[in-house]
Amino acid sequence: MALKHATPMLDELEKGPWPSFVSDVKRMAVKGNKMCEDWLGLMELSFKEKEGHWKHGGIVGVFGYGGGVIGRYCDRPDLFPNIAHFHTMRVNQPSSKYYTSDVLRKICDIWDAKGSGLTNMHGSTGDIVLLGTTTDQLEPIFYELTHDLGMDLGGSGSNLRSPEGCLGMSRCEWACINTQDIIYDLTQEFQDALHRPMFPYKFKFKSSGCPMDCVAAIARADCSIIGTWRDDIRIDQDAVKGYVGGEIVPHGGAGGARKDFDIKAEVIDLCPTKCMEYDGKTLKIHNKDCVRCMHCIRVMPRALRPGLDTGATILMGAKAPILEGAQLSSVMIPFIKMEAPYTEFKEFIEKVWDWWMENGKNRERLGETIQRLSLREFLKAVELEPNPRMVNTPRYNPYIFYDPATVPGGWEHDATEYRKRHQA
Amino acid sequence: MSEEAKAKIIEYVKQQKKSKLYFNDLCKAVPEIKMMQAKKIVNELVSEGKLKYWSSGSTTMYMLPSEGDVSKEEEGMN
Repeated sequence: MALKHATPMLDELEKGPWPSFVSDVKRMAVKGNKMCEDWLGLMELSFKEKEGHWKHGGIVGVFGYGGGVIGRYCDRPDLFPNIAHFHTMRVNQPSSKYYTSDVLRKICDIWDAKGSGLTNMHGSTGDIVLLGTTTDQLEPIFYELTHDLGMDLGGSGSNLRSPEGCLGMSRCEWACINTQDIIYDLTQEFQDALHRPMFPYKFKFKSSGCPMDCVAAIARADCSIIGTWRDDIRIDQDAVKGYVGGEIVPHGGAGGARKDFDIKAEVIDLCPTKCMEYDGKTLKIHNKDCVRCMHCIRVMPRALRPGLDTGATILMGAKAPILEGAQLSSVMIPFIKMEAPYTEFKEFIEKVWDWWMENGKNRERLGETIQRLSLREFLKAVELEPNPRMVNTPRYNPYIFYDPATVPGGWEHDATEYRKRHQA
Repeated sequence: MSEEAKAKIIEYVKQQKKSKLYFNDLCKAVPEIKMMQAKKIVNELVSEGKLKYWSSGSTTMYMLPSEGDVSKEEEGMN
């Protein structure tokens, strides 16, 4: 069946060996999906003119919500009337993205009937992204999502975004915290912030069960909750000998069956703080120097395991490059037990939000506000004691300023007198 | 207090040249109120239909219902 619009440039994207989204959209267009048909034509026009034809903005959600829908319109409705509106709906994903196949089928059925049928599983925030529907379908879709599937819209705009976590204890032996429970709890606790905008810009919670950080919280989240431990790495010396003797394959077999494992070259020498030693019989770890990089645990998972006194490190301020450059999050609370109902953590977050709302500029992420007004001001506001673990390479970083009030004896500085002695 | 603050916010929005304002801008109308409290007041104004949200997808702004009528913008698109 011939499609409404010729797409010679898009067709090029079907020629490689990889799966093509163009083929997927064409398949839906052939079945009679008018939105997909016009979408193909619009994409071809954009490729030809090297210009976008989408207009963003406007509508934000359903009644009572200030987020979850991203308004999108085509600026050539004369040529592509079926995608004159093409709004995106964000659906809050369940913790760790566990679904039944029944739920996934129902979501697709709703979207085939009331939207374009195109989805993005998942957006980088973690939501299910349903691409392309019309204004009049927003409320009916929301009704079916909430009443038939027990699902809700996610965050967008200046809201709390849908919190996201790794698989955590459901599948991972290294998980030091229950990321799924944390994410579910925070989502329920902060419903108002998720659905009604109040911040200077977006705010993201992400939680990883261990320092491997599978959800890349440290690179993306305004608040990263990363599992860790504060006692010693557990060592099974017999298993260490098994690795050294070639009886156990390193990396859980990820590098294939090997008999040439060199514990010195592949583990001891690669420890970033050189806190390990092996004398041919016993592996020793100087745990006070361990920075929880987990390289050794990753290479020898049967011999080494995280400690048993587990909790989380709370870091703040990561962001992708928008106004300023990309930024990783910084340690704020080196260790917190992070046990339900997470009261201590939530009280801390309320203080953070109060400070950011009062001091953040429009479209300024938390990390940028901290950078502009200083870590010291932030710490005062959220009532945290400065800690060397908040400073990158503290033994080498000279940019640490002391406050006279916090140094025993203090000191006084008279700027006028100083200028008399230093006139130039 | 809440009704008085609501009136101040609406008056402030009407006086601005820009049709879309950030939440921080609205708070300038009621500097005596903490932002967390102001948020509740602004949301009440939205619920009452006296203000409405506008979002680019990444940022949310506020405007009077008379401004940028989405239904009018959408007229003729179908």
